[in-house]
Amino acid sequence: MSLLFIISAVLALLTTALAITRANPVHALLYFVLSLLCMAVIFFTLGAPFAAALQVIVYAGAIMVLFLFVVMMLALDKAAMGRERDWIARPVWVPPLLLIGLLATELGRRMLPRTVPTAPISVTPQAVGVKLFTTDLAAVELASMLLLAGLIAAFHLGRRDP
Amino acid sequence: MTHLWAIPALPLAGAIILGLAGPTLGPRMSAIIGTASVGLAAIIAIGIGIGWLQHPPPGGAFVQPLWTWVSLPGLTIRCGLTLDPVALLMVLVITIIGSLIHLFSTEYMAGEAGYARYFAYLNLFVAAMLLLVLADDLLVLFIGWEGVGVCSYLLVGFWFADPANGMAAQKSFIVTRIADIAMLAGLLLLSTQRGTLDIHDLTTSLLPRGAWLPEAAAALLLVGCLGKSAQLPLHSWLPDAMAGPTPVSALIHAATMVTAGVYLVVRLHPLFMQAPWVMHGIAIGGALTLLIAAAAGLFQTDIKRVLAYSTMSQIGYMFVALGVGAWSAAMFHFLTHAVFKALLFLSAGAVTMRLHHEQDIFAMGGLRRPLPAAFVCFVIGAASLAALPLVTAGFFSKEIILGALWAAPAPALWAAGITGALLTSIYSFRLIFTVFFGPVITKPSGAYGIRILLPLFMLAIAALCVGWLETPGFLGGNHLLSAFLEPANGEAAVPILSPLIPLTGCLVPLIGNGIAWVLHRRGVWRAQASRVQTPLLGFLTSACGFDAAYRALLVRPYLQLVAALRDDPVDQLSLWAEHAAIALHRRLRATQTGHLRRYAAWMMAGVVATIAMVLLA
Amino acid sequence: MIAWPMSAGLALALFLLGLLGLLTRRNLIFVLMSIEIMLNATGLLFVTAGMRWGNPDGQIMLILVLNLAGAELALGLVLLLRLRGRLPTLDGDRATLLRDAP
Repeated sequence: MSLLFIISAVLALLTTALAITRANPVHALLYFVLSLLCMAVIFFTLGAPFAAALQVIVYAGAIMVLFLFVVMMLALDKAAMGRERDWIARPVWVPPLLLIGLLATELGRRMLPRTVPTAPISVTPQAVGVKLFTTDLAAVELASMLLLAGLIAAFHLGRRDP
Repeated sequence: MTHLWAIPALPLAGAIILGLAGPTLGPRMSAIIGTASVGLAAIIAIGIGIGWLQHPPPGGAFVQPLWTWVSLPGLTIRCGLTLDPVALLMVLVITIIGSLIHLFSTEYMAGEAGYARYFAYLNLFVAAMLLLVLADDLLVLFIGWEGVGVCSYLLVGFWFADPANGMAAQKSFIVTRIADIAMLAGLLLLSTQRGTLDIHDLTTSLLPRGAWLPEAAAALLLVGCLGKSAQLPLHSWLPDAMAGPTPVSALIHAATMVTAGVYLVVRLHPLFMQAPWVMHGIAIGGALTLLIAAAAGLFQTDIKRVLAYSTMSQIGYMFVALGVGAWSAAMFHFLTHAVFKALLFLSAGAVTMRLHHEQDIFAMGGLRRPLPAAFVCFVIGAASLAALPLVTAGFFSKEIILGALWAAPAPALWAAGITGALLTSIYSFRLIFTVFFGPVITKPSGAYGIRILLPLFMLAIAALCVGWLETPGFLGGNHLLSAFLEPANGEAAVPILSPLIPLTGCLVPLIGNGIAWVLHRRGVWRAQASRVQTPLLGFLTSACGFDAAYRALLVRPYLQLVAALRDDPVDQLSLWAEHAAIALHRRLRATQTGHLRRYAAWMMAGVVATIAMVLLA
Repeated sequence: MIAWPMSAGLALALFLLGLLGLLTRRNLIFVLMSIEIMLNATGLLFVTAGMRWGNPDGQIMLILVLNLAGAELALGLVLLLRLRGRLPTLDGDRATLLRDAP
């Protein structure tokens, strides 16, 4: 089990790093989708099949697809790609790397828990469903309201001006 | 005697009526109201005086309480009037001479704009002076003190359209005000230490010898007196105060207001007698003033300024007498001085009003034939000032003072007094010879009315006769005045003197007259008009340059301070906060570039810093 | 045996990678994508925490995070399209109309 976890983790890191360093947005997005799939595997190894399914169906399957559609709608040409390469020249990465390094040192030691590894368990989708629709019903309602708001806003903002 | 309150109340009512309704009443009515209020007060005063002589009140003083003003645990101030012999003398002088001057003014100021205003101010002055004299309590006296100062300011600056008059009025007010601050400090000292400001209480319950309070309080009150009486070092306002109308100078700056300092010392003499150092100071200051002022009088060119320095010098005589404890002698000299100085000022006014208000003595000459009345009165007044023996009132009072100085014993002060007498005689006869003898330079025009001549003649007669009230031992020993003043001032010492002293006192005025005549014949006085002003001359003319010293030491630094503070540096300090905020705003504004990445970077940096602070805490 | 520190550390690393992309990239598409990376990393952390304690709470939070990511991405893309209508490029550094003009 942990071997699968390690492979998926390494892959996730790699593909994410590739995603943020590409000049072509479509390539980057596809790398990111790969990263999402690796994450789904990690969820599975942790014992959360429902989370894995959600990750694949919703995140990789709906959200990223939306993103891809819009990017392709933008029709970026070769000139844009050339500009993009100029924008990610080596020196650009240095100051943010320093900042991230500082943050990593600050958070790294404190955040990582010193827990004893435990035996794997599994939380079934039924358990999630029961909890969701009894105890955390308010969360469902809030989530739907958020989606409604996003829907209306996207519709309105996306309209062509008369 | 129960009508005592009417004496200050009548001029006050006159002042209020004239102040409110003066212009509508018209000049004739204003003159009548103004003169009648003081005249009535004079009649009441004379009635009270006659009643006093017939039945003197027990205890030597008549007290008329009016009301209680302040009633606190530590201090009680009662407003009331006290009439003791000294006060009665002052009241008579103020009201009688005051009414004569009011009568004179009705003709002198005829046709002037602000006629009613003039009489309103003059009545107010008389009311305030009477309050000062009759006050029962030092605080009420202080009100009168300030009141006369205010009226002096108003009257000196009567012709306010000329800014020079305004400056002269301001100078007189400010210098006396500075002196009044010291006096107020003395009053506060007395009220907090003794718990009362009642004159009777302060002078009867005395402290043991060697206490510090009498010296301190007397010194502070003395500073107030020096300012009000134009003595060194606070004298520089009096010559400039001659910018006011001449009757004002006669009343305020010769007869009454400037003698308020003398009056205060006499009234509080038990307190002053407990302060020997202050007494020495009074005597020495008085001697210096009389010498310096008399020397300055020799070099003045304005007729009124000569008389102003002469007033300063004569009050110096009164202060010297006070310094050796001769209270009655000082009051006698006050009486004679009031008479002959008022006479001199009114005569000078009579002369100038016929010369279109020309006041430079070198523009006058040979006026004895065109203006005989003014000439006679002026000669009588000047002779009395110079103390010509036997015929004039000034002789007797000056003799008594000189005798008291010699017998003090204070031969140095006597020498100063004799020298001063010589100088006085020289400058007064210089004035007469320059103005009334020699060729006529400016022709006079117009004529005198009865209202000018009557006061002049009455004062002239008084200047000749009033001296016989009190004569020195060798001339009969008539002690009417000192006997009258005895309940207040104690028994006056009659000194036994060798005849040399009075003889010197008789000869010196005659010698001065002679010197003045000789120098007039030689044309020395006339030559003064065109002489070049050397520094020594300037020093003597301005009475030892106190004005210039004050300007350099006090006025200029103060004005420099004012100029430095004009931009309000303290306010600038609080404006610094505003400037700092604006500067900070400009710098912070530079960060609002609109760049998304830069915002994100700054936010991240902030997060890193915050987490670092939390982790390190 | 599941080592929870490793999972949490992975979440941290992914989050920091997303942050790096946010701070570095000029193209707004990549900025939006970096935000998605960060949200996803947060989701991983939630699930890890939930599974550590054996609760379905972590997965419920994942649902909400996904919800949020979707709504936000939709709006972000719409705004991107409108911006594209105004500026010729999708350069984030060019959109500075909200600056404080002196």
